[in-house]
Amino acid sequence: MKFAVIVFPGSNCDRDMYHAVKDELGEQADLVWYQEANLADYDAVLLPGGFSYGDYLRSGAIAATSPIVEQIRAAAEAGKPVLGVCNGFQILLETGLLPGAMLPNEKLKFMCHNETLIVENAETPFTLQYEEKEEILVPIAHGNGNYFCDEPTLERLRENKQIVFTYQTNPNGSAGDIAGIVNEQGNVLGMMPHPERAVDALLGTDDGLRLFQSILTYWREHYAINA
Amino acid sequence: MRKVKIHITLKEGVLDPQGKAVQHSLKSLEYNNVHDVRVGRYMEVLVDDKEDLEAEIDKMCDQLLANPVIENYSYTIEEAG
Repeated sequence: MKFAVIVFPGSNCDRDMYHAVKDELGEQADLVWYQEANLADYDAVLLPGGFSYGDYLRSGAIAATSPIVEQIRAAAEAGKPVLGVCNGFQILLETGLLPGAMLPNEKLKFMCHNETLIVENAETPFTLQYEEKEEILVPIAHGNGNYFCDEPTLERLRENKQIVFTYQTNPNGSAGDIAGIVNEQGNVLGMMPHPERAVDALLGTDDGLRLFQSILTYWREHYAINA
Repeated sequence: MRKVKIHITLKEGVLDPQGKAVQHSLKSLEYNNVHDVRVGRYMEVLVDDKEDLEAEIDKMCDQLLANPVIENYSYTIEEAG
């Protein structure tokens, strides 16, 4: 399976993402510069964390206007798994591929520590290797992770089981304790916590590795067998 | 040329942690008459004049300058010196 890790000016978790896929998952990965990428050749698209364009205007807003976004949209429409972590999540929100927006953390602090997440939906391409309601330990590292959407949207997210991860103890004020959501089709996941930083027990937790293994399982079940 | 002065503010009902922090600071300076602070953004955009300029500014705001999920915008258009 071939993963594209999109690198924007200001991305800083791109190498962690690459390491997670290449070395821990053991699949193919390329770091692809946002201006040069041709995503047609890839099976999954990963948007890493960081501070694209220095978080100018709003986190992810400038990156969301770059031409690569049309390719990301096409990949999403083709049903390929698209994962945005942290700034990647913010970019997905700004493109409208996922609903809602990010506000500054309720207490205004940049927060960087492990959080216990609850797997709310274990049937997405990203969570097949988890149990529903399983508690997993994954680090967060953000200042703008306070997820906001209006009530009807929140209701819709709940009804469609689009809320994939919630925080056990809400660190940032997110609506509905939301840590990660998918689109209606289920193949685009945005999450603030960093699964790519939780892929080896040496890092304190390897609970994030199964997220990448889930993508691989999904891909094998849906594509590789038919190929 | 026209100078467009754009104000971007958080929608009512959207929490503004930054505004709250500023409000608390004003309170600590003993401005006890302050009840609320909302922090927004102000931009000046210099742009060629054209027909439908307002429609284009609306589009700029919706596409990029403001996030319609959480923000409102308003603007005035002036002659640029």
